[in-house]
Formats: sequence, structure tokens, C-alpha cells
Amino acid sequence: MTFDQFLQYILSGITSGSVYALTAVGFTLVFSATQIINFAQGQMVMLGGMMGITLHEAGLPLWACFIGAVAVVAIVSVGMEEIAIRPLLRKGVLTQIIATVGASFIFETAAMLIWGRDAKPLPPFTGETPIAIGRATVVPQTLWVVGLSIVVVVALTIFYRKSLYGTAIRGCAVNPEAARLQGISYRRVVVFTFALTGAVAAAAGVMIAPISFMGYANGTMLGLKGFAAATLGGLGNPVGAVLGGFLLGIVEALGVGVVSAGYKDAIAFVILLLVLFLRPAGLMGAKVVNRQ
Amino acid sequence: MNRATAAKGGTRAPSRSAGGPAAFARRHAGYLVFAVLVMTIPAYLSNMYYLSVLSFAATRFMMAVGISLLLGQAGQISLGQSAFVGIGAYGSAILTTKLGFDPGVALVVSAILAAAIAGLVGIPTLKLKGYYLAMATLGINEIVYILLVQLKPLTNGTDGLTGIPGLHIGGLDLSGPRAYHLVAWGVALLMFRFALNLTDSRVGRSLRALHRSEPAAESLGIDYSYRKVQVFMIAAVFASIAGSFDAYHVQFISPESFTITFSIILVTGVIIGGLRSLWGAVWGTIVIVILPEILKRVNEDFTNLVFGVLLIGIMVLSGSKRFDLWGQLKGVWPRRRGGLPGPGAGVEREE
Repeated sequence: MTFDQFLQYILSGITSGSVYALTAVGFTLVFSATQIINFAQGQMVMLGGMMGITLHEAGLPLWACFIGAVAVVAIVSVGMEEIAIRPLLRKGVLTQIIATVGASFIFETAAMLIWGRDAKPLPPFTGETPIAIGRATVVPQTLWVVGLSIVVVVALTIFYRKSLYGTAIRGCAVNPEAARLQGISYRRVVVFTFALTGAVAAAAGVMIAPISFMGYANGTMLGLKGFAAATLGGLGNPVGAVLGGFLLGIVEALGVGVVSAGYKDAIAFVILLLVLFLRPAGLMGAKVVNRQ
Repeated sequence: MNRATAAKGGTRAPSRSAGGPAAFARRHAGYLVFAVLVMTIPAYLSNMYYLSVLSFAATRFMMAVGISLLLGQAGQISLGQSAFVGIGAYGSAILTTKLGFDPGVALVVSAILAAAIAGLVGIPTLKLKGYYLAMATLGINEIVYILLVQLKPLTNGTDGLTGIPGLHIGGLDLSGPRAYHLVAWGVALLMFRFALNLTDSRVGRSLRALHRSEPAAESLGIDYSYRKVQVFMIAAVFASIAGSFDAYHVQFISPESFTITFSIILVTGVIIGGLRSLWGAVWGTIVIVILPEILKRVNEDFTNLVFGVLLIGIMVLSGSKRFDLWGQLKGVWPRRRGGLPGPGAGVEREE
């Protein structure tokens, strides 16, 4: 592998890593607020991408497609919370897993019935003229993906750390009972968290659709990789989730360069197993979230 | 142990003091009736199509018993059981067609491979909370599916493998519909007996103790994660053996049979069948065999939608009076907030 190739792989790793990072952030937000792992997280990213494509086919400008997809998936996510999550908040881990798996099946099949079996593309946000970085080249969409991901992550960080509502949510993550005694509505926090997670997932889906196409079956793998990234960074830690996402994307891209593209999807899974074997708490340790 | 304490235990508690053939017959009446029923079917069923459906039910039953052990006894969920079925099916197919193995030997070798992979996945994940195994098994299912499609020289990709020999031991041909039915159900019944004994054994008792109180059981020296890994490996072996039998029965396999969808169908069937005892696997098998057939007649594309709605519906409603499922599940896994009755318990009674 020459240095130019190496650079090229790193760049493509950062691109897909952005999507993994946003998916991992989605897992983290829901997990912090409810201790639930949402097995439909990847399907929400897929729904975002498909929604964006549909709105574009309806003739809307791309920025409107982006906002529309984000809004629709946020509403779908809240609907899922109302129907499948709220009644199970106090039940065991197993019921929550089964119910969210059920939700992922509903999303996936609905997407297949609505949009068909073929994966579709979305046009790039701003043209297709490649940009040279050193001797590697990137399409402009890559910059959009990375840039928007950073904007989303920074906005979330500011919201969670500085705003009153963000503080209230973090309070619920640390101790729901104590937060409730302070007059914070846990119910509203959970609903808001699901809306936010749906929005972040949809944003990731719309951003990546111009690069890697989007089809109804893409959700499972996106979810699996998002979870692997979240675990790699330390489940429950948002900073770890972002770090894990980029790290996973880069390792995966280099793995494709060394092994073969056919086994690309296996790499994330091997990393997940290795992390669970060697350091189940992840790189940044899950306990950090309690001290923030 | 007298009847009162056995009844209080709620599950099939062992009554080792009971002796004599009458007591034996009483204790095993259900199993004996079931065994005689399935084994004598070929004698009076002349319709070969129905017989073949019933033979299929044997392998579905093997898978269901494994999942029932894992879900009902160990409180863990596998979303990738069809990966192990695939390992059994492809393992047997490749070993018999390409390397000339005897079907029985190929079945055992594939089952060992399935157990090894289950151990590899189970050891790191089963120390942790339930969603790690769920996610890891989902991953295993995806990876196995990718490998079955990608490893063309071995698996022939999406076209699948043909020319798998029928079931035979040495020169004895067991591939006829009646002989196959007897062998498949015979093995399935042995596996069921093994699983029933397991729940009555040290393993079953320690798993039950863990449901009551994890710290208390661990203070008695029960290694929780080791027990769970054991049960997960047994479930994988059961699935693998079922896959091998399917391969010998149909003599053709393709990756399409080993998707996550099939894994979910298995889990849904077992949940509908009931998790309180392994006997739920019998009802679960009926659901697994019949439900996809019904859905296929209506519209196959809706299959997953129906299963998704069923899963959420059962989980949400199982707390209420109409579904006793939650009552069955309640003792199965430890609750985060201790054993106190929830605020909803009294409310539902007033409905």
C-alpha cells in the first residue's frame, strides 16, 4: 500500500466513520436516558435516507429534503417510543430487546413495501467535481458528511452541557428518581430523547445516501456498526461514541485495503468481539457519563 | 421432596425419592405420550406431503428446544440462531459432497464447529447484560450469511449446493420418507429428553436459583456466565444438528434459508409457545411451522411486518390480564428494581 492509497483509505474511513459516529451517538442518547439499547437505531438511519430520496423525487430542493427527512423520522421515533418503549420502561432487558427488534422489523418491511427492493441514490449536495487533498481525491459530498457530522456533534454537546434542558436530561441519566424529585418530567425527557435520536439518525441517513446509496435492507448493518462503535468508545459515553465511530470507519477502510471489500462488513463485528473480550467498558469507560 | 414443595417450586422439580414403574410412568407420562404420538405417525399417515411437513417439524422442534433452553432457562436471547442452523447445513453438505464424509460424522463435526463459534461469541458477551449477546448473535447471523454468499469455491454462492446425499449410516439407507421421519424425530426426542433432564439437573437448578437472586446464587458458588455459555453452546449444537438433518432431507441448500428473518421467526414461535417450561417448545414448533405457511398464502412480503407487530404486541400486552405471557416470563429474568410488585399490578386487576 502506497502512502497515497493509505491517505485515500483514511479519507473514505473518515466518511463512513461519520455515519457510524452519528449512529453510535443515537444509541448513546437513548441508552443514557432509558438504559435501553434500541435495536431499531440502524433502521432509523435507513428511513432518513429513504425519506430524503422520496422528497427529492417529489421535486423538493436538497436542503428541504434534509429538513423534511429529519422531521419525519423524529416523529416516527416518537411514535415508536409511545407504542413500544413507554409500556416497557420498567420491564426487563429481554422484553425491551424483543420489542425494539420488532420495531426494526416493522421499519424494514414498511420501507420495502413503500420503496421497493432496490437501493437508490440521492444526488450530492454540491456537485461531483472531485477535490484533491494531497494526491488523494475526495468528492465534495465527503466534506458535507464530515462537516455536518461535526456540526451535529458540537451542537449536541453544547445543548447537553450548557442548556437547562440538557442539564435536566443529564440529571435523568444519572438518577431518574432524584431528577423527578427536582420536578423534571422523566416522560418528557424520554420523548424528547427519542425525537432527537430520530433526527440525528435521519441526518446521517440523508448525508450518506449520495455516497453509498440507500435501500431497505441497509439498516441492520448500520445499526450493528453503530453499536460496535458505541461499545468501542464506551457504551453510554457520547464522546466515546464519536471517537469509536471514526476509529471503526478508519480501521474498516484500511481493512478493505488489506483484505478484500467482500469482507468489509465482518471487520466491525470482529472489532466488537475483540472489545468485549479485552475491554468491555470500551476506550473511554462507561462510567464517565455519570460524572459529567 | 413431597408434592407440596414440588408444586411450590412452580417448575418441574425433581422428585428423586419417588420410585417404582408407576411413579416413573406418572412422572414421564407427558413425554411418553408425546414420543409415542410422533413416532407412530408414519404407521397411519399415508399422505406423503403431510408426512414430509411433519418431518420438517422435527428439525424445527430441535431448534425450538434449544432456543427455549436459552430464552426460558438462561434468560438470554439469540437473534442469530439460523446462523448455527446454516453452519450445520453447510458443514454437512460440504463435508459429504466435497470430502466424502459419512453423513453422521459430518453432522458431528459441524455441531462441534457450531459449539466452538458459540463459545467464542458467548464467553465475552454472556458476562455482560443481555443486549450484548443479542447484538453479537445478530452480527454472527449477518457474517455467516455474507460468508455463505462470498466463499464461492466452498458454498457456490447464492446458487447454493446441490447433490447432498440422503441420510444413511454405512450402507443402511435412511432417506425414505418414513425412515427419515423416524430417525429425525428419534433424535429430536432424545434432544428434548436431554434438555428436560438438564432443567432438572444441577445446571437447571442453578439457572433457576439465579432467576430468584443473582447475588445470592453467586455467593453459593454458582458461576453465572459459565452456566449461560454452556446453555448457549447447547442451543447452537441443537440448531446445527437440525441444519444437518434439513440438508440431508432436502438435499439442496442455499443462503436464503439462513437469514435473520428465520432467526426471528424461531424466537417469536418459542415466545408464543410459552417460556415457563420446555414444553412451550412443542407449541412453539407448531407456530414456527404453520405461521409462515399461512403468511405465504396471503402475502409473503408482509411476513416480517406481522412478526414485528406480534413481537411488540406480545411484549406490551403481556403485562395485562389477557396475556399470561408476562406472568410466565416474570420469573425468568431478574428485574432491575427488585421483586416488589410494580404499581401497575393492582391497577390491571381492576380493568
